[in-house]
Amino acid sequence: MNDIVKDYFPLVVFIAVAVVIALPLMIAPFVIAYKKPDPEKLSAYECGFNAFDDARMKFDVRFYLVAILFIIFDLEVSFLFPWAVAFGDVGVFGFWSMMVFLAVLTIGFIYEWKKGALEWD
Amino acid sequence: MSDFNLVDFFWTWVWPLALIIIHSAAILVILMTVIAYVLYADRKIWAAVQIRRGPNVVGPWGLLQSFADLLKFALKEPVIPSGANKGVYLLAPLVSCVLALAAWAVIPVAEGWAVADINVGVLYIFAISSLGVYGIIMAGWASNSKYAFLGALRSAAQMVSYEVSIGFVIITVLLCVGSLNLGDIVAAQDTQFGLLGWYWLPLLPMFVVFFVSALAETNRPPFDLVEAESELVAGFMVEYGSTPYMLFMLSEYVAIMTMCSMGTILFLGGWLSPIPFPPFTWVPGVIWFSLKALALFFMFAMVKAFVPRYRYDQLMRLGWKVFLPLSLAMVVIVAGILQYTGWAVK
Repeated sequence: MNDIVKDYFPLVVFIAVAVVIALPLMIAPFVIAYKKPDPEKLSAYECGFNAFDDARMKFDVRFYLVAILFIIFDLEVSFLFPWAVAFGDVGVFGFWSMMVFLAVLTIGFIYEWKKGALEWD
Repeated sequence: MSDFNLVDFFWTWVWPLALIIIHSAAILVILMTVIAYVLYADRKIWAAVQIRRGPNVVGPWGLLQSFADLLKFALKEPVIPSGANKGVYLLAPLVSCVLALAAWAVIPVAEGWAVADINVGVLYIFAISSLGVYGIIMAGWASNSKYAFLGALRSAAQMVSYEVSIGFVIITVLLCVGSLNLGDIVAAQDTQFGLLGWYWLPLLPMFVVFFVSALAETNRPPFDLVEAESELVAGFMVEYGSTPYMLFMLSEYVAIMTMCSMGTILFLGGWLSPIPFPPFTWVPGVIWFSLKALALFFMFAMVKAFVPRYRYDQLMRLGWKVFLPLSLAMVVIVAGILQYTGWAVK
């Protein structure tokens, strides 16, 4: 076995074992439990009313904004990972390049803060 | 492959594979058993704070309560709502549960005990816990119920917001260690000062940020807006019953234990003894690790009992306007100190 396989193969096996444990738990009630469905039981829960319309409705754009902000900052974190690991080797130049990068992102962050993208009144 | 040798094949492939399977199964079974008692402890602690008895009927002191619950879940009628998207609806709890369990492949409960001792362990856990959002979104969307849909949106936004600050917290630790391997992170905290040399002390603000973000990331009270009973009933799992619901609960508690273990590894010295000389160093590492992780869980449970629930806008404000700038500033400060004092790991 080469090294990559040796390192990552156990991961695949572990996930497979996790599936093997979770799947029977999932299937068990479909096999052993008492079942007597009727239309009322199978309708979507809405505090005793019949469902008014489709549940997949329009939702607040701020969730979308949060998702976009998350992508930006998560990418930033992903950039920081290799930098943090190699921190001792990149030296003063590496340190200041990353500081400039962070400063640029911070300016963006201040802008969206002032624009009110983070407000949830 | 003319001289195909069955004995060689067995010793190079089948035997290592069998060992990995046994190792994985052992870790998962032990983890599940621990989770059963963690759940029990959670209910008992909550009850004790409110001067109730908590579960005390099934088995001595109610110790078998979780197993009775498992049996009950398995015998409950599984309901698939008629409006639901069946495939995705059934896949969601499985995805949540498997992803939550998958994180445990790399967690070293004692030196070298991880199933997969990969050199990007932290990155792997970070990635797997990000994927947890998919289970929630799938459940909320496939249920075709308004409560589930709104709960899923809120939950996803919340998890995503706090993941950013957890990311920065991890970066500060990585700056001090210089490795993504979880074992190396623990080893780097092995100094002659014992528990004073672990990272919780020099990085105390980050430890606090990590703890609070971990609460939010796992949808625990006071950030359990997803399950805010008074408004969203049970959030994204409102349409689930029986074992699919149980798998969501299981994945939630597995995620909590993962976060407790991550806190232990990053800040509390993993399997290291708090007092670095015998007889304390004779205690096996796995015991120290469990004690620390369970102590962190005790704090999770106490927070659940003490702290009133946050409002959604407060939650988002804390995540984006307090923790994010704070953790970003700490990354810069820690990096600056390491750079200009020459403490950076070469």
